[in-house]
Amino acid sequence: MDALTPAEHSASVAARDSYGRLLALLAASTGDLASAQDALADAFERALGTWPSQGVPGNPDAWLLTVARNRLRDEWKSARAQRSVPIDAARDVLADIDDLDVDAIPDRRLELLLVCAHPAIDRAVRTPLMLNTVLGFTAEQVGRAFSIPTSTMATRLVRAKKRIKATGIPFRLPDRTDLPSRMASVLEAVYGAYVIDWTTGPQDRELPSEALHLAEVLATLVPDDPEAHGLAALIELSAARASARIDPAGEFVPLAEQDPSLWDARLIARAHEHLRAAHAQGQLGRFQLEAAIQAVHCARGSEGTDWPTLLDLHRVLHAVAPSLGSGVALAAVVAEVEGPAAGLASLDALITEAGDRARRFQPAKAVRAHLLDLLGRVDEAIAAYEHAISLTHDPAERRYLSAACSRNSQLRSAQSPQKGRTGT
Amino acid sequence: MRYALLMHYREPGEGEISEEAIAEAMQAFGAYGRALESAGVLLSADVLQPSAATTTVTCRDGGLRVQDGPFAETKEALAGVFVLDVPDLDAAIGWAEKCPGAQWGVIEVRPTATAFVDGAWTR
Repeated sequence: MDALTPAEHSASVAARDSYGRLLALLAASTGDLASAQDALADAFERALGTWPSQGVPGNPDAWLLTVARNRLRDEWKSARAQRSVPIDAARDVLADIDDLDVDAIPDRRLELLLVCAHPAIDRAVRTPLMLNTVLGFTAEQVGRAFSIPTSTMATRLVRAKKRIKATGIPFRLPDRTDLPSRMASVLEAVYGAYVIDWTTGPQDRELPSEALHLAEVLATLVPDDPEAHGLAALIELSAARASARIDPAGEFVPLAEQDPSLWDARLIARAHEHLRAAHAQGQLGRFQLEAAIQAVHCARGSEGTDWPTLLDLHRVLHAVAPSLGSGVALAAVVAEVEGPAAGLASLDALITEAGDRARRFQPAKAVRAHLLDLLGRVDEAIAAYEHAISLTHDPAERRYLSAACSRNSQLRSAQSPQKGRTGT
Repeated sequence: MRYALLMHYREPGEGEISEEAIAEAMQAFGAYGRALESAGVLLSADVLQPSAATTTVTCRDGGLRVQDGPFAETKEALAGVFVLDVPDLDAAIGWAEKCPGAQWGVIEVRPTATAFVDGAWTR
């Protein structure tokens, strides 16, 4: 994959911005995302055909909107001509499309994000739907990001769009009473894009910035929402370390061993702007806490990491938004501050409480193996590493865990040379 | 858009529900019906008799078959149908949330595909 030049990168970002804005407008009047996407694709195609020879119009978005709108209107007219019984809706929709002011294009992307994360839409398709409609990624690109075959992803997206139209999910902001829970779903789905970033690893990614971009869009759309800023900061701080997370040989580098000079200072600074904007709202939340934790990691100076502060933040996070992930992270930090035995006790209490789910949770197993390793409980560490490896999909992380595991195996043979030969 | 709110709940046994509870439910349904009507969204509202009163009719196997009881026995039975005309799904969900049946059962919110209005099916 060739890296984009800065100019190409900003061009593609601008194109994605336009795509989401135009689609949100076109689809809002019909509720039909699929036909709005077709019309918009048509407009982009005609732009590619005419702009090189006739020059780029003064307001490219207005040009695209006009072409797409005309195409939608033609479609509605011919569909209406075939109807034996006219319905009022068709007339209303045409009026809505005609009312669009192409010179003052309003930003309706928040409504579009809310549609994608509507409670009547299957949770698993919300993030793919956002990437496809708000950022304009193809089913193939979204499928690749989720490691799902293109045809499967395309089917899911088509089904979700049909459902939006058939059930009448509105392209408008919900009532004030419903808004907080609906925004929580939007944040959750944007967070979903960030999670795929990590699981597939930055190496083989073709859409390196989708979560980043979605989060930035969201924070722009709801500047008063502290959690939207918190989420943007969280994703930026994690993305800032992406290039340090894999060494030149393609091997996984854990946070503690990463070279801070490889971190992206511009992204870190941007994240701090978001954190300041969030704190100004004076309302703490899960994503702000997660971002604050990442900020402490990124502030690692010559004296090393500020573990006591991290421990406080992790305790608050686990109290505000308890999850397996927050519990495992808390145990890992307890180990740093109070020693591996205390960390292991905290982790085992969590695993006992969560039961089966925790036994299949890769981070729990990986942290447990590491703590047993630190405690010198070699046999248990080997077993735990093997279990963790069986749950790990990221190749670089698998290799890292395998190396730790074989180091323990060698240790065991060195300690008791005959042990390996016992048994039948 | 037209939506049907389909109430489903477990049918209570004879005498399982006290007189007071029945009176309370009737009052709640009364208020709900009036709210739907004054909002101008109500097309029809029917609360059904228990499924024991159902007769199932089919001709799909050739001749006429009339069966005593519902087509399929389920734990939760269809108990009522409200047909509303509201702008969108959020409005329909809002009315479903206010339906007294949501307190002890589930409300299925189903958009109408086509309806017979003024002598023809809408398209």
